[in-house]
Amino acid sequence: MKQSIFRILTNVPLTDCVYKMVLSGDTSAITAPGQFVSIQLAGKFLRRPISVCDYDKTSLTLVYKVVGKGTEMMSRMVPGEELDILTGLGNGYDLTPAGDKPVLLGGGVGVPPLYHLAKRLTAMGKDVTVILGFNTGNEVFYEEEFRALGCRVIVATADGSCGVKGFATTPLTDLDYSYFYTCGPEPMLKAIYKATVTSGQMSFEERMGCGFGACMGCSCKTLTGCKRICKDGPVMKKEEILWDR
Amino acid sequence: MGSLSVNLCGIELDNPIIPASGTFGYGYEFAELYDINILGTFSFKGTTKEPRFGNPTPRIAECTAGMINAVGLQNPGVDKVIAEELPKLKKCFHKPVMANVSGFSVADYAYTCEKLDKEDQVGWLEVNVSCPNVHGGGMSFGTCPEAAAEVTAAVKKVTTKPVIIKLSPNVTDIVSIARACEDAGADGISLINTLLGMRIDLRTRKPVIANKMGGFSGPAVFPVALRMVYQVASAVSIPVVGMGGVSSAEDVVEMLLAGASAVEVGAANLVNPYACRDIIRDLPGVMEKYKIQNLKDIIGGAH
Repeated sequence: MKQSIFRILTNVPLTDCVYKMVLSGDTSAITAPGQFVSIQLAGKFLRRPISVCDYDKTSLTLVYKVVGKGTEMMSRMVPGEELDILTGLGNGYDLTPAGDKPVLLGGGVGVPPLYHLAKRLTAMGKDVTVILGFNTGNEVFYEEEFRALGCRVIVATADGSCGVKGFATTPLTDLDYSYFYTCGPEPMLKAIYKATVTSGQMSFEERMGCGFGACMGCSCKTLTGCKRICKDGPVMKKEEILWDR
Repeated sequence: MGSLSVNLCGIELDNPIIPASGTFGYGYEFAELYDINILGTFSFKGTTKEPRFGNPTPRIAECTAGMINAVGLQNPGVDKVIAEELPKLKKCFHKPVMANVSGFSVADYAYTCEKLDKEDQVGWLEVNVSCPNVHGGGMSFGTCPEAAAEVTAAVKKVTTKPVIIKLSPNVTDIVSIARACEDAGADGISLINTLLGMRIDLRTRKPVIANKMGGFSGPAVFPVALRMVYQVASAVSIPVVGMGGVSSAEDVVEMLLAGASAVEVGAANLVNPYACRDIIRDLPGVMEKYKIQNLKDIIGGAH
């Protein structure tokens, strides 16, 4: 974990309520895809935890949804503004068990942390399939970005207005895959847990206090004991998940 | 440069800064960030006789200038704390530590305190009779002078270490409770625990916190805390540890002037993990600005 100041390079809308912010700063504390950062905003007491979409040595890309006043404030920020950010939070995805043909399933704003994961997996020469689930066509983002990495991309929308009609799990039925990685709302994660025939990793969300393991605000029960979503997660193995927590 | 050192129940602290229980774990998470030996001491995560998972989530709600938590005393239980957490703590912290204890009966408190009394590194026992997040325990002892005195007396019987009773602000007369603890043998009083509060989600029209209510802390509660510290400090002759919304070196000086011998910092650690380091760094400058030679000299100076 590292606390440092980042400068906004760009901040543009991808859909009606999803924005992409690129910042420059020290990303040395980020060690794995699926980790998150926590952003201090003027006038807000708690920091905002946001998953890392992409990063390199000097830049950080965050794709976030406006859901409240804090993220609304972020959406109005302009290039040049500075943010106090804690980086390198959470455990992230483990790439080692991916196999040859991993499938990545993202739902809504669960899509962004899969991007850097896909980048790493394709760089390792894996045959990567990405399933992006949204409610409707005008919510779709990052389809082309994943395609540009060389991934096979399947879009699923609940209303059928774009891609396959159905959920992120719908295309799984006919897919041959070696392992899965996912991030999205909990009902989607539950459906994926049931539908998948392989092992995999799932990223969870919870209201957090500190974001770095101190307050026990985001604890959950797992088959391997009590875990903090922020510090021991947000990524958990399918085998350790206890839904009734 | 003047001295930052203070004395808490007979133990000298390099400075009055103490991260508050529940915001600092057992220290080692923060030891990855900075050398926690710069602290006066810290109060470790509230420990109970049995392991506790705590309350369902969501446990956290944001507020203007503060937050509500309803963690519910999640901890691995005193035996595991002694077997697993304290050895890890010992590796990164080399000063006497404050052991924070909660319970659901007088016997619980005594049991846990007796076990922790045997740990060399424990300098003080901070007995929490004020947790607002657990039913049938904690706060019920801290809202009644007789019950608070009963816990104090029971704990005093099983330890030779200084016993600091942590009080709840959710009472009509905190002074009478503080006095009852002093009369029962308490070596110090710490206050305030969190104020009972709640938030409602406009989308769901339901409380944000799964437990409905929780403890409100953060800068918003500082004036309330300061007032109670001032009142208690003038009513008792044992040391008082002030806490509640402290976020800066200036806040620390105010707490000392109100009568606190040392100051705990809670919610600030969760927003800025370096909060206590920054306060300790800023104290000499603030002392110089307000012509304070030694911090010890100003304790209770506002009375």
